[in-house]
Amino acid sequence: MKPRCGRLALFASAALLAVAVATTGAAAETPKKGGILKFVVPDEPPSFDGHRETTFALIHPIAPFYSVLIRVDPQNPASTTDFVCDVCTEMPKPTDDGKTFSFKIRKGLKFHDGSDLTAKDVNASFQHIIFPPDGVQSPRKEQFQMVESVSAPDDETFVMKLKYPSGAFLPALASPFHFIYSKAVLDKDPHWFEQNVMGSGPFVFEAREAGAAVRGKRNPNYYHAGLPYLDGFEAIFAKTQSLRVQAIRGDQAAMEFRGLPPKSRDDLVAALGKDITVQESDWNCLLIVTPNSRKKPFDDKRVRKALTLALDRWGGSRDLSKIAVVKSVGGIVFPSHPLAATKEELAQLAGYSADVKAAREEAKRLLKEAGVSDLKFTLANRAVDQPYTIVGTWLIDQWKQVGIGVEQKVEPTAPFYATLENGAFDVALEFNCQSVVNPLGDTSKFLPNAGDQYGGFKDPELSKLYDAMNRTGDVAEQRRLMRAYEKRVIDEEVYNFITFWWYRIIPHRSYVKGWKISPSHYLNQDLSMVWLDK
Amino acid sequence: MYFYVFKRLTLMIPTLLGAAALVFFLMRLIPGDICTLRLATGGGSINPGVVKACRLELGMDQPMLLQFWLFIKGLITFDFGRSMWTGRPIVEEVALRFQLSLQVAIMATLTAVLIAIPLGTISAVKQNSWIDYLVRAFSIAGVAMPSFWLGILIILAILIVSKALFGSPWMPPIKYVPIWVDPVYNLSMLIWPALATGYRYSAVATRMTRSAMLEVLREDYVRTARAKGLFRSLIVRRHALRNALLPVVTIIGIEFAFLMGGLVVTEQVFNLNGLGKLFVEAVSNQDYTMTQALVMLVVTIFAFTNLIVDVIYAWLDPRIRYRR
Repeated sequence: MKPRCGRLALFASAALLAVAVATTGAAAETPKKGGILKFVVPDEPPSFDGHRETTFALIHPIAPFYSVLIRVDPQNPASTTDFVCDVCTEMPKPTDDGKTFSFKIRKGLKFHDGSDLTAKDVNASFQHIIFPPDGVQSPRKEQFQMVESVSAPDDETFVMKLKYPSGAFLPALASPFHFIYSKAVLDKDPHWFEQNVMGSGPFVFEAREAGAAVRGKRNPNYYHAGLPYLDGFEAIFAKTQSLRVQAIRGDQAAMEFRGLPPKSRDDLVAALGKDITVQESDWNCLLIVTPNSRKKPFDDKRVRKALTLALDRWGGSRDLSKIAVVKSVGGIVFPSHPLAATKEELAQLAGYSADVKAAREEAKRLLKEAGVSDLKFTLANRAVDQPYTIVGTWLIDQWKQVGIGVEQKVEPTAPFYATLENGAFDVALEFNCQSVVNPLGDTSKFLPNAGDQYGGFKDPELSKLYDAMNRTGDVAEQRRLMRAYEKRVIDEEVYNFITFWWYRIIPHRSYVKGWKISPSHYLNQDLSMVWLDK
Repeated sequence: MYFYVFKRLTLMIPTLLGAAALVFFLMRLIPGDICTLRLATGGGSINPGVVKACRLELGMDQPMLLQFWLFIKGLITFDFGRSMWTGRPIVEEVALRFQLSLQVAIMATLTAVLIAIPLGTISAVKQNSWIDYLVRAFSIAGVAMPSFWLGILIILAILIVSKALFGSPWMPPIKYVPIWVDPVYNLSMLIWPALATGYRYSAVATRMTRSAMLEVLREDYVRTARAKGLFRSLIVRRHALRNALLPVVTIIGIEFAFLMGGLVVTEQVFNLNGLGKLFVEAVSNQDYTMTQALVMLVVTIFAFTNLIVDVIYAWLDPRIRYRR
């Protein structure tokens, strides 16, 4: 046992050292120009159209070609509340009681084909996202329900008018998917960007090799002075995780941006020592348990509450974080966000108490009261090990502690979603993964009428709470309403409940500098500040 | 012979049509749909309106029989349409992968033939000697060892050995470059999967060569040749081996066709962007048009490979004549 502990301690110290080097060293060094960054991406994007797709597999290879209006601060991507301009000159102060945002667009911006980028292009892009023409798919238009109109009164001004002030607006606007497209191209063919790339970002599209890679080269006319540092990049698609890890080990790729499990981090640190740097962060993804409220006995909230009371989240976090990409215990809001529940507030919710024994006794009592002391059910889960099947297996053990017998049914992603959509499950383990931390938008997942709410319940009260929370500009009031909303979802009615928030681990070659981890694998991916110390 | 080939080509039509009907309807029995999959795996909320628009765009609202007719019409006119997942022409998506799969299949087949025929022959000629035992152990290990597992071992061995030799680990390239663009890069990537798959393939062929040779070496005409005083090596090369190769050719043909679309796991291990990987992705993405096109491609490869094998039979064995 001793040598194993020693090795773990060595890994941990090396990882900590690497994190320290990453955070302190980066500030002290002068960036070098040149070089090609090779990185691996677990999937290939279906199309190139950011307005249409929802996967990170689009962001990693394609975002470097595009500009956006505003974005998470690339100097401080860990912050959940700092947004800065990209093609605008400064973050606007809202007028008209917080309902009008007027953005000044930089002068002299060019698309990669040499044409001018003006406020008209920004306007056309957001028209395409918020008010898409017939036949154009825009999966994020619902995030802009508060927007009344967008317009470009002149080439340097882009105006967004809201129906009501909303704290969800700016985070929604900062989504990395909101690429600025050329109006002229969109007018000609709104589907053109699905198969083609023409942006104004730090890199110019060079080539796509079907199923293999996407390459980009430096944009010499990029408007952020001195950037990008790299000559280019190559995003190599590699589906198998073990291969991606070996590719980093064998230096066929410098990194992958999504995240690797703790074991892969430890293996890389052991194999490469100082040649590997590890950055880690809480991850804006959470694993959710959804009981099927249409089905007996899960239509009884006592049974649903017993399920969440049976979980030892604090112990689970400690143990599972050694083997899976989960760590933080939290409520429905990203743990470090100002709207998130504090540890004391969490302790008031079912299943978050430190006294697990008492909680489990309560769970047994509730099951008995509901007449299902010998409850048995099937847990529907995705056939993806990180973190689904690992956490699914842990859940089975947790529920066994209160006498519930659970069988796990894992299915490939497509049949799994068919099962959820058809309501053909008892209890499901599913997820919610977002880009910009936007609690007011992200928590719409828990609404009874949300497109991805599979619990099958009705609760007008919950919808009212959500609506009120979204329409108030007062942060203290937002927080109060969020607590009430959260309590109703995961404690009083237990329509859904949270297991853990994910934990993002990025081991990368130490020669990669200037990249800072964010709470989402979608953010800070334009690569403009990345440089190679080779 | 020409008439035989013509007849075989004509018989391929019902085979292809049967395969087309089978893949078309079987794919639609798999639960789930491509639109939910595309929108849900991002992790954000799914807008039912967007899912509906996506289904409309892909023609999934059309009656099943109409969809089937469009598919068959496309086959007849060699228009495989567009991938439902990427929206790009299927021919474009398949082209690069086909090149890679073909090269790996050829390299693995060469590896297998170069190993199997000499080893199988020696093993038969030296039956029950230590050489025979060694060859049999080698071939049984090859049959027992999955090529993807051998592939993982090869990668780990390269990483460890290169680190020990050069101070930093080296790994074969993970992105394909055609052989005419950079032969060294290309071979440094593909030699390893060709060895991993070629070894398993050679193991099967070695055992087949050995058993066929043992049978042929006991034939009367071989005994007659020996009685005539011919050299043993001449008997083996000229009289025995040629006849023993008939079943071996069948195995090689089937394996070659299998390698074109069936290297699913090995392609994942070495990140080969081949047809097998594309197949898995198409099925898991519920990309009906791509899966249908790939199945038809693989069926056609199998049908043509079998035809070529039959023609080689006639060349190897003059007793075989194909008549009306």
